[in-house]
Amino acid sequence: MAAEGKMASAGRIARSTEEAEPSSVAAAGAPDVRSVPLLFEESAAGRSGADVAARAIGEPDAAAILGTGLCRDDITGFPELSEPQVMRHFLRLSQLNFGQAFQFYPLGSCTMKYNPVLNDEMAALSGFAGLHPMTPAHLAQGALELMARLEAALAEITGMDAVSLHPAAGAQGELTGLLMARAYHHKRGAARHKVIIPDTAHGTNPASCTLAGFEVVVAKSNRRGFLEAAEIRRLLSDEVAALMVTNPNTLGIFEPEIAAIAGALHERGALLYLDGANMNALLGVAKPGHMGADIVQLNLHKTFATPHGGGGPGAGPVAVKKHLEPFLPAPRLGRDAGGWRLDYGWPDSIGRLRAFQGNFGMLVRAYSFILALGGNGLAEASRFAILAANYVRKRLEPHYPSATREPSMHECVLTHDLEKRAGVSTLDIAKRLLDFGIHPPTIYFPLVVHGALMIEPTETETRETLDSFVAAMEKIYDEALSNPEMVRTAPHTLALSRVDEAHAARRPVLRWQPTRA
Amino acid sequence: MEVPPGLKYSKEHEWVTAEESVATIGITDHAQDQLGEIVYIELPSVGEKISKDDPFGVVESVKAVSDIYAPISGTVAEVNEGLRESPEVINEDPYGDGWLIKIRVSDSSELDDLMDNEEYEEMVAKEKE
Repeated sequence: MAAEGKMASAGRIARSTEEAEPSSVAAAGAPDVRSVPLLFEESAAGRSGADVAARAIGEPDAAAILGTGLCRDDITGFPELSEPQVMRHFLRLSQLNFGQAFQFYPLGSCTMKYNPVLNDEMAALSGFAGLHPMTPAHLAQGALELMARLEAALAEITGMDAVSLHPAAGAQGELTGLLMARAYHHKRGAARHKVIIPDTAHGTNPASCTLAGFEVVVAKSNRRGFLEAAEIRRLLSDEVAALMVTNPNTLGIFEPEIAAIAGALHERGALLYLDGANMNALLGVAKPGHMGADIVQLNLHKTFATPHGGGGPGAGPVAVKKHLEPFLPAPRLGRDAGGWRLDYGWPDSIGRLRAFQGNFGMLVRAYSFILALGGNGLAEASRFAILAANYVRKRLEPHYPSATREPSMHECVLTHDLEKRAGVSTLDIAKRLLDFGIHPPTIYFPLVVHGALMIEPTETETRETLDSFVAAMEKIYDEALSNPEMVRTAPHTLALSRVDEAHAARRPVLRWQPTRA
Repeated sequence: MEVPPGLKYSKEHEWVTAEESVATIGITDHAQDQLGEIVYIELPSVGEKISKDDPFGVVESVKAVSDIYAPISGTVAEVNEGLRESPEVINEDPYGDGWLIKIRVSDSSELDDLMDNEEYEEMVAKEKE
């Protein structure tokens, strides 16, 4: 079977299961250019890149320099390769990758917008890139000034009073915000140990609550997909520290009762934590501060166009209202006659959550993004993101109806009847999209929608790109009815075909072992 | 979808043997089908008390992580230890070898609140609409 052959050749880069077979296309006489052997497999004893030091001064005696205690002689099988081999290895891997720089990447909830090169250029300025994190404040005034300006910009965008740039990612921002909520109630002499979370929440929300020592109470969203103030009132008690809610929520719809919900919370002494994961819908259009939020975390790697995941670390600043400012992580930026300095004089601070000043390179990129677009540009970006999501939703309506009747914000959640009609699952549709050179949307989330396809085009795509995505989705719908097996066994054009996710999760092989003859 | 008669069913898609002293609990065929391939299961320990409608375990599939709710209250008497190594048995045989726990029933009248096979089938059919 053709699909099997592909699986086998792809096994060389998979290695996720012990069944992975070495390349079998050798039968055809030539190696598959798409198969990438491991560095270990390409190794040959004595091979290396240029080693100027060894030629000029001879092989150094490591044990004499470092002491025998710091030298290991038990590392064997370390890969030995020439420089071109290493270069080709990593470039080939990068070509097999899916990424925003290669393809349309409508991965819902993740805001995979284009990361402008200008931001990288700014972060690479030697004064920023070469700055050692231990540099004393009086020699790092420019960097501190940039952080102060970014804090002010984020406070303006969110409608909040004070900002910490420390958290290294969205989830760490959530933890920071929740630890602050705990410290706030503790300071007021109230032991509140519960946090309300809607059933549409991202999984990180309950995880962060548990990590911060809270008990999670689940609020049910209504049939239209949003949270009602009545439901929050029903769950409120003097034990509730906060409600943690994402707005727009994970169905991509704006929470219309957010102000009434904030009022109900504040009446009972509880806080409103607004998860800013979906802020890409709101820039310059609506401010969490105006909705009554006490704490907001932002994901710079989503909304402010800094790279995701393997492309660079995240950044999850936290913005708060005045009454929570004393609890922000310290040190904070302070200013006196000598200029900017790191101020440790915050006795109620929850302390440090991250070494140094957060992921500084991301802060430079985000600030560059904000300046390049300006206030009106940011609002336009959000409006375009909303337009793109609604355009896709409307055009796909006949085949993939929306999970909700409410208007979509920056992303839409769609469903389909292919499971019933053709035994083709949401996962199959997602896999088939890969054959069209499109990264699949988020699937099976939010959990309240059966077989969900969550599509977030972002503001950076052209109408032609959106149209080609719609065309691919329509084609897949037709294929599912005319040739369901083809969709069920997709992808067919990639180096790797369908991987066995269940097997990889049940029996993961996390360490490569050399096969000795 | 298989819904054997003689068992009691909960709204959260668990089944329970309608026995008065020790009852066996598992998830339904419909539940395992909706979850997809199960890769991990978290179950309580023997001696733990579980109460009706509260989560007593967690099931993780390639699609999602879900709580498992107690259809009735009781004390855990036995746990299907084999599932820790081979959670796929739940997919393969949800009403047989894929059982989750056995409990000493604390209030057998709670069984009356659950559905029989026909009522459960009707509920699932409605959910699908």
